[in-house]
Amino acid sequence: MTSLLEVIVSVLLVLGATIMLIGSIGLAKLPDFFTRLHAPTKASTLGVGCILIASMVYFSVELGRLSLKEILITMFLLITAPIAAHMLAKAGLHYKVKLKANTQKQHLSEKAYLHQNPDDQ
Amino acid sequence: MLMYATLFASGLICIALALNAWRLIIGPTAPDRIIAVDTMYINSIALIILLGLYQGSVSYYESALLIALLGFVSTAAFCKYLLRGDIIE
Repeated sequence: MTSLLEVIVSVLLVLGATIMLIGSIGLAKLPDFFTRLHAPTKASTLGVGCILIASMVYFSVELGRLSLKEILITMFLLITAPIAAHMLAKAGLHYKVKLKANTQKQHLSEKAYLHQNPDDQ
Repeated sequence: MLMYATLFASGLICIALALNAWRLIIGPTAPDRIIAVDTMYINSIALIILLGLYQGSVSYYESALLIALLGFVSTAAFCKYLLRGDIIE
């Protein structure tokens, strides 16, 4: 095993773990439901992508043949993460979570709620 | 070097999991708790991949893929329950 491979895989691993930690810090610290939704959905897919690419590179060199199984997980996460985030935002809108007081254009959330549930005028 | 990087990345992801668990406990509303569970699924996928790298074994992808599938399905089911009050109508 060459040392260049070790450097590449280590940098990718540390980068991915740092991005995931940043996403989780955003989830824990941000003040509002929708800001909390935005932090982990972006950071987590990128972090998992970095870690899966690192695993793919390592096992491709280690086994001596191309190992592309991780692409499956990456593609699945890339496809389903926006759908899950959309459903979560819709559930939060339905649940009428409190926005932070200095959020601009708060009347739009009322309008969106009425658009979603036209019966509750 | 690769061993130390793997251990360091595992430590960072364990801290991230602890932060998610904290949000899961204190989360003011139900959608906050669902986000915390969804992020915990994604972090545990990364942790399982790191375990496979640390042991040099290729037999952990199936479990990671299974966690990804069930995590998405459970998030969709929770959201559906909050939206409609029922999962399968």
